[in-house]
Amino acid sequence: MKNPQLNEHGELQHLLSVEGLPRDTLLHILDTADSFIGITDREVKKVPLLRGKSVFNLFFENSTRTRTTFEIAAKRLSADVINLNINTSSTTKGETLLDTVDNLSAMHADMFIVRHASSGAPYLIAQHVASHLHVINAGDGRHAHPTQGLLDIYTIRHYKRDLSALSVAVVGDVLHSRVARSLIHALTTLGVPDVRVIGPKTLLPAGVEKLGVKVFHDMNHGLAGCDVVVMLRLQNERMNGSLLPSAQEFFKSYGLTPEKLALAKPDAIVMHPGPMNRGVEIDSAVADGPHSVILPQVTFGIAVRMAVMSILAGN
Amino acid sequence: MKLHIKNGRFIDPRSGTDTKQDVFIAAGHIVALGSAPADFKAGRVIDASGLIVAPGLVDLSVRLREPGFEYKATLETEMHAATAGGITSLACPPDTDPPLDEPGLVEMLKHRARSLNLVHVYPLGALTVQLAGKRLTEMVLLQEAGCMAFSQADAPLADTQVLWRALQYASTFEFPVWLRPQDGFLAQGGVAHDGEVATRLGLAGIPASAETIAIATIVQLVRDTGARVHLQRLSTARGVELVRAAKAEGLPISCDVSAHHAHLSEMDLGYFDARCHVIPPFRSGRDRDALRQGLADGAIDALCSDHAPVDDDAKQLPFAEAEPGATGLELLLPLALKWGAELKLPLLKTLAVVTDRPARILGIPAGSLAVGEAADVCIFDADAMQRVTAETLKSQGKNTPFLGTELPGRVRYTLVGGQVVFEG
Repeated sequence: MKNPQLNEHGELQHLLSVEGLPRDTLLHILDTADSFIGITDREVKKVPLLRGKSVFNLFFENSTRTRTTFEIAAKRLSADVINLNINTSSTTKGETLLDTVDNLSAMHADMFIVRHASSGAPYLIAQHVASHLHVINAGDGRHAHPTQGLLDIYTIRHYKRDLSALSVAVVGDVLHSRVARSLIHALTTLGVPDVRVIGPKTLLPAGVEKLGVKVFHDMNHGLAGCDVVVMLRLQNERMNGSLLPSAQEFFKSYGLTPEKLALAKPDAIVMHPGPMNRGVEIDSAVADGPHSVILPQVTFGIAVRMAVMSILAGN
Repeated sequence: MKLHIKNGRFIDPRSGTDTKQDVFIAAGHIVALGSAPADFKAGRVIDASGLIVAPGLVDLSVRLREPGFEYKATLETEMHAATAGGITSLACPPDTDPPLDEPGLVEMLKHRARSLNLVHVYPLGALTVQLAGKRLTEMVLLQEAGCMAFSQADAPLADTQVLWRALQYASTFEFPVWLRPQDGFLAQGGVAHDGEVATRLGLAGIPASAETIAIATIVQLVRDTGARVHLQRLSTARGVELVRAAKAEGLPISCDVSAHHAHLSEMDLGYFDARCHVIPPFRSGRDRDALRQGLADGAIDALCSDHAPVDDDAKQLPFAEAEPGATGLELLLPLALKWGAELKLPLLKTLAVVTDRPARILGIPAGSLAVGEAADVCIFDADAMQRVTAETLKSQGKNTPFLGTELPGRVRYTLVGGQVVFEG
């Protein structure tokens, strides 16, 4: 089966998922992001790589943060950015997803940044659009959030350098998390030897170990000796029902407190894709503490998104 | 018109015959095999040299989409598709709009089907009013109107009290009940097999236990009520084992599997291929292998097309939002042949699962080519390979995971009641 992300020369045509991307492609994105880090510290924060290109932020699901970081990244590359929150406009009028995409294509879009509540929606769009168009998945259902996975691995590489001897724990609601899936693929592709997922059985998907991870239900065991702890966001609607009895109980078993963090390596870093639920999955003392690299993640995210866009535009 | 089918390889699973012999048809019935009866003068001679002459296929699950969903398909288009697939009798589930829960609706459907005069259509009546799972339908009146059995189609029947009573009531009159085993609560929100692929693609899963729990419940209620139950479209290895055990116990239970499930697994979802969004979901390779084996050893009685034409607009959507279902009428014979060839079964055995056995389950005089039987015949070339394309499919539904693949078997003639209704 042809990988829909790659063009006939094996180059990145779309960024839909971290899964299936060659190791060299991942490294190329991370190295390119490195070169953009300096730009964001400069007085004039712009480069002309996407001048004259139109980037459409196509958000079928609300997100201020991710949309903003894509917008900033595109603007720093000198692109024209058009933001569309589709859930409030055309689909409620009965227009189909592909009709919407056709209309926007007719407005001479060059790149679509797509967020959608349904897993796989960006694939449908990528398979439908003309070959000069590029699609970046900004989060589809539970499936993938590749730029987040890339910025996470970028952050890990920034602080830990050698990926070949790391232990990384991903904690919490893996079942519903596109962030977890993308990060796990990035970690395994780049040869991180010890990837762990920690959570109650209700929040781990069937056969998750087939993704190349070790499964822990006891957080104390799972965190032992870790270099990196990635906390996942727990959505409000999952907090009480048949998946979990309460946010309090979740925090007791799986919330990251200074005491639990002490089980990890002394120089462990703590990450979170945001937005955080303080007191649900993470204690404020940890979120704001010396191990936290949660805010640098956001900064790196812009460089990583600039890297992805510039590479796609160049192919 | 009198018809003489000559030089064909005659295969009749019911009598266990596989031999070169001619078939003679008069007044819609088979009047002789081998040599012509005295003063038989054929009005037409069909030369079946190099072809198989078999009973017309009997398909246990065909959605004709009438009434209510004519934009997806109509009786006429789908009956033509059936004849192109060599199918001469079919059962249609009651999940039309409105559902088949009133005698008038059933009579109208039967009348519409009869007036088209193509294939025999056997409606299944709704087991509960509006398929809502609460009130029993007027089964006696529905049976008089032409319903062969009663079914919930894919609508859940969560209330086991209602299921228990429905089986008691149906068995009072010896009406068979056809159920697709699925626990509605466990299946809720799911769109794919709860396993490796759904985890990777981030699709909500339906665990295998959604099927096995339902089968276990039904088996126990059959034990209690004595109702005759046909389980439709099994999808799990464990489900096959439960049915095997129930049959060994002597319970009046039969089951079928869809032709798609005999070939495909969760792996075929690829990159969110919505054509593989079907009900029940494609499960693991191990499950698929058990279904194929169960069909060969008799644990599963029949192979059906599970024909469910879906219009493009309803399929061109993200996987979970796309309407489930695949077109199947014209693929039933090719997929049966492919299955049989892969398991190295004799044609006699392969064809039994689409002719003799489903006819017995439906309780209709079909699926056999004995003298005196109605002349419902499928004449096909078993070796011809054909590529499945939107253009070759006669069904209004062009959605199938097999689009673009080459499959064996090409129907050359389909006869219903001695009339040639398809020539290809």
